[in-house]
Amino acid sequence: VLRPCARAAASGPRAYHGDAVALLGSRQDSGSAVYQENYEQMKALVGQLRERTEQIQRGGSEKARALHTSRGKLLPRERIDNLIDPGSPFLELSQFAGYQLYGDEDVPAGGIITGIGRVSGVECMVVANDATVKGGTYYPVTVKKHLRAQEIALQNRLPCIYLVDSGGANLPRQADVFPDRDHFGRIFYNQAIMSSKNITQIAVVMGSCTAGGAYVPAMADENIIVRKQGTIFLAGPPLVKAATGEEVSAEELGGADLHCRKSGVTDHYALDDHHALHLARKIVRSLNYQKKLDVTVEPSEEPLFPADELYGIVGANLKRSFDVREVIARIVDGSRFNEFKALYGDTLVTGFARIFGYPVGVIGNNGVLFSESAKKGAHFIQLCCQRNTPLLFLQNITGFMVGKDYEAEGIAKDGAKMVTAVACAKVPKITVIIGGSYGAGNYGMCGRAYSPRFLYMWPNARISVMGGEQAANVLATVAKDQRAREGKQFSSADEAALKEPVIKRFEEEGNPYYSSARLWDDGIIDPADTRLVVGLSISAALNAPIQKTEFGVLRM
Amino acid sequence: RNMKYATATGRNITKVLVANRGEIACRVMRTAKKMGVQTVAVYSEADRNARHVNMADEAYCIGPAPSQQSYLSMEKIIQVAKTSAAQAIHPGYGFLSENTEFAELCKQEGIIFIGPPSSAIRDMGIKSTSKALMAKAGVPVVEGYHGEDQSDQCLREHAGRIGYPVMIKAIRGGGGKGMRIVSSEKEFQEQLESARREAKKAFNDDAMLIEKFVDTPRHVEVQVFGDHHGNAVYLFERDCSVQRRHQKVIEEAPAPGIKPEVRRKLGEAAVRAAKAVNYVGAGTVEFIMDSQHNFYFMEMNTRLQVEHPVTEMVTGTDLVEWQLRVAAGEKIPLSQEEIPLLGHAFEARIYAEDPENNFMPRAGPLVHLSTPHADLSTRIETGVRQGDDISVHYDPMIAKLVVWAADRQAALTKLRYSLRQFNIVGLHTNVDFLLHLAAHPAFAAGAVHTDFIAQHHEELLPSRRAVASEYLCQAALGLILREKAATEAFTLQTQDPVSPFSFSSGRRLNMCYTRNLTLRDGNRNVAIAVTYNHDGSYSMQIEGETFRVLGALDQEGDCARLSSSVNGVVRSAKLVTLGSTIHLFSTEGSVEVEVPVPRYLFPASAEGPQGGTIAPMTGTIEKVFVKAGDKVKAGDSLMVMIAMKMEHTIRAPQAGTIKKVLYTEGSQADRHSRLVEFEEEECDKRQSE
Repeated sequence: VLRPCARAAASGPRAYHGDAVALLGSRQDSGSAVYQENYEQMKALVGQLRERTEQIQRGGSEKARALHTSRGKLLPRERIDNLIDPGSPFLELSQFAGYQLYGDEDVPAGGIITGIGRVSGVECMVVANDATVKGGTYYPVTVKKHLRAQEIALQNRLPCIYLVDSGGANLPRQADVFPDRDHFGRIFYNQAIMSSKNITQIAVVMGSCTAGGAYVPAMADENIIVRKQGTIFLAGPPLVKAATGEEVSAEELGGADLHCRKSGVTDHYALDDHHALHLARKIVRSLNYQKKLDVTVEPSEEPLFPADELYGIVGANLKRSFDVREVIARIVDGSRFNEFKALYGDTLVTGFARIFGYPVGVIGNNGVLFSESAKKGAHFIQLCCQRNTPLLFLQNITGFMVGKDYEAEGIAKDGAKMVTAVACAKVPKITVIIGGSYGAGNYGMCGRAYSPRFLYMWPNARISVMGGEQAANVLATVAKDQRAREGKQFSSADEAALKEPVIKRFEEEGNPYYSSARLWDDGIIDPADTRLVVGLSISAALNAPIQKTEFGVLRM
Repeated sequence: RNMKYATATGRNITKVLVANRGEIACRVMRTAKKMGVQTVAVYSEADRNARHVNMADEAYCIGPAPSQQSYLSMEKIIQVAKTSAAQAIHPGYGFLSENTEFAELCKQEGIIFIGPPSSAIRDMGIKSTSKALMAKAGVPVVEGYHGEDQSDQCLREHAGRIGYPVMIKAIRGGGGKGMRIVSSEKEFQEQLESARREAKKAFNDDAMLIEKFVDTPRHVEVQVFGDHHGNAVYLFERDCSVQRRHQKVIEEAPAPGIKPEVRRKLGEAAVRAAKAVNYVGAGTVEFIMDSQHNFYFMEMNTRLQVEHPVTEMVTGTDLVEWQLRVAAGEKIPLSQEEIPLLGHAFEARIYAEDPENNFMPRAGPLVHLSTPHADLSTRIETGVRQGDDISVHYDPMIAKLVVWAADRQAALTKLRYSLRQFNIVGLHTNVDFLLHLAAHPAFAAGAVHTDFIAQHHEELLPSRRAVASEYLCQAALGLILREKAATEAFTLQTQDPVSPFSFSSGRRLNMCYTRNLTLRDGNRNVAIAVTYNHDGSYSMQIEGETFRVLGALDQEGDCARLSSSVNGVVRSAKLVTLGSTIHLFSTEGSVEVEVPVPRYLFPASAEGPQGGTIAPMTGTIEKVFVKAGDKVKAGDSLMVMIAMKMEHTIRAPQAGTIKKVLYTEGSQADRHSRLVEFEEEECDKRQSE
């Protein structure tokens, strides 16, 4: 049921006559069976998400944590809490990195915590090793997460603060950590490149920085070391002894006194973790940096509907369709949405709104993509690029329409228009997978390959080249045809036996935890947090000036 | 009642110079203004922006901060009186108010000195003379030695004759200065010397008298008034028994538990005393009263007293107005029978001092000062405003709170209520002490005497009680909301005023943010785990107990009001933060907690200060008893410091060998500066955080 009356414009510096809009979204019948089932299912998924996060939040084993704190060191999350502005939010990324990735080896959060937080009023990328997880050594996923954080910092021009406490590369896995382009060495390459682009690199040495790790502080613009905790050396005491027979303590070899007084490898001498973080805050204060916006802002307004209604609207059953406008109504300011081409290509919903006062162009799926929907999407993306308006993709897509008529109509070239527009768009793109993400729909709706600045998944989401069942059916059809060619029988039991593991595998691999563990996304989020997460992401993205977009050839 | 100016001997007073500062200067000016008399203020360089300067119609600088060169400089004041054509000088209390020479000088210069004739000041100012005079006039006096022979031996002999305990008092003394109680002969010499030093400093005269010390006496004084026509009346008594360091803290009128008969006798004795010296103007005759309500003459203060407002409240008079009128030659406005005694009044003196530390005076800025609202039965007499300094050069009194009600109990209730609204931040004050005092059952019962504070020391200065968890929650909330306000203010100045990163929501993804705060309550560090809830409330865990806390901070004038709900109980308090200290003031009392300052924020030089050898306040080193190499025992006197017009003995905090004495006699030491260094091996007791 739509609310009967239009609402007046919000008052504020940019309010103007005619700002009144018909509001988006409707009151939900929270008593309906479907709503309740959806709500319960989603709530259970969110509950599971919380539980699993709680596990990960703790970091390494109790023993490892006790040892860590007994040395007077703060746990990595405490370090971050003390680094960022008191009480300010922290947009943590990829909490589930490494989740069930290494069999019996548990690597909570991939052994490294990354995220964006405000330090002395400046939005910064924070990368903190967790020494309670395998001594803070770099697993392949640790490297990947570190590099992803740097990529985000580079794309959005966020100063980087590395809270270093790591034993370096994980030796048993050196082959997957050391040699390739996107391996360990890339970390220092990125530091150099970012520094050259005037994206500040700050390192705080709060533990060991051995071998390659020594380059994190050494390549930083400005660094801090904690006395009696931090050490930096290319080779640790055991290696030195093996190489030259020299016996030396870690502190003598690379402690704070050596590096602050003698070698000059470090700049600031901290008494303890708290002091080091205080000094880091002071360094950021001295950056003389001010975020400048390329967009207009308006006073922010909460949506008209409670965010948790998203649970009841979307639910966990991907087969159940819902109107994406109801989702938009629970994310954007005042549930105000200026829809674009509402009557054309209506399986794709496009329109302008604001989130926390920032302008945003929203693209959401309301079914499979047709030629018209794809053309409408490409048009809308062009508008947003012209207008410096960040894009938000709410992805719930089974793919482009298939079939003879549609191929004949040229859905491939229309789809290509949208994919080209998405790929070329230089405005900040933020993708949230709120349902299915299948096939070329993933491309058109700005999947990982299209370099959105941030990509998040809801816990109900699934991602794969196609749905598990479709894939099983395809494989079954292929197998059946092959058997037929060979003149063999293909019983329904054979079919079931073939299909079952495929469905199971797709289900497992399409799961958001599977995706997040491998850094295919930047995190799994509670649907009710979508507005905040997107708002924080836009805020972070706006640290970089918005580049002018040049589109590639659009096949007409 | 008609004003009868310019009678008999008098002259019309249209302009008065107030030769004083602080609250009394303001008090005098208020009445002068009411009467249409112009006011002239004098001020020292330290008082350039003082309230009394602003209040006056004209003001003249009379020299540098030390009172010797300003408020005690007779020539300069007389000069200002002439320049400004003031016909009269009101000396207030202290400074020149009981200075014979000054009264004399005024007379010579043809300026009306608002006070008694110099002869009366002289007669009453020298204690030996005054006692003899009083005895002659039939006023009861205490036994003592008031002789010329000031040799140590003579004084000691007389002390022995009178019998210990005795009191050594400066002959020209007053206000507790140059006064010592000696309980045995053993202490006599040290106390005598100390009293002499103080007297010399204060009055430039170290002649002493010895008096029998009456145990647990009451201090009862009678307000008298005389005129140029030979009339004298009394305005009943005040009880000023409750004293610390021989200085009054709470005064009341009338004295509790006194029968009308005794009251009349007191009054009549006081009038006799006044008449014996041909007293003119406002004066106070002080009596010492034993438990049987026998009273003996102590001294007469030939000035308007600090505590005169309680008398005004119960008699409905304005004594400054009376002073001005009598000085102009008028008769006393009321006859004895016409002076009523109505209800009961209390005065509490709010001092910048540290009750925990033997009421040592304190100086510093009044970062925050808020007072109860003044009304017909509540008076706030003060000479300072928020932002002013309490200077080391003058008396550390911040204000007087005077309340009146129909009876003593009602007045006491009102006093307590009003004291709670006296909120001061920036320096130590005695407000909490006054509250304990006003709430003490023995005080409520009127069982007062001059040893009251010593006797009830434990209850009046209770060891700091732990702040209740609810208040700690309030303080933590205040801290968090302050931070939030600061963040909001910062954000508005940036070019991105909307970023959700500027929300002080503590939001984390898929988990709650729990912040570990530490608040320091006295010597106790309290850990508070604050969890930021999504609804904007906080769950605070203190010592295993969880509180649900929410609230708001509103700016109210120049202070912040914190409304808070702790487990559903709504409270409102004033929140003042000064540096790392949080103050909460509510009608339930005040709470002070600190946010521990991290070690790395201490200046490097502050490491390892030694307790006891640190200057307690800025002052002058008067005497040094030790030199490098001396071995001392814990508690030995190391030096004597004069600060805030008081002597402070610096004692050895531990046994050890003196390495270095860092100040010489006569030099100035800043507050918290180290005075004496000990040899290393003995001072391992470093302050550790």
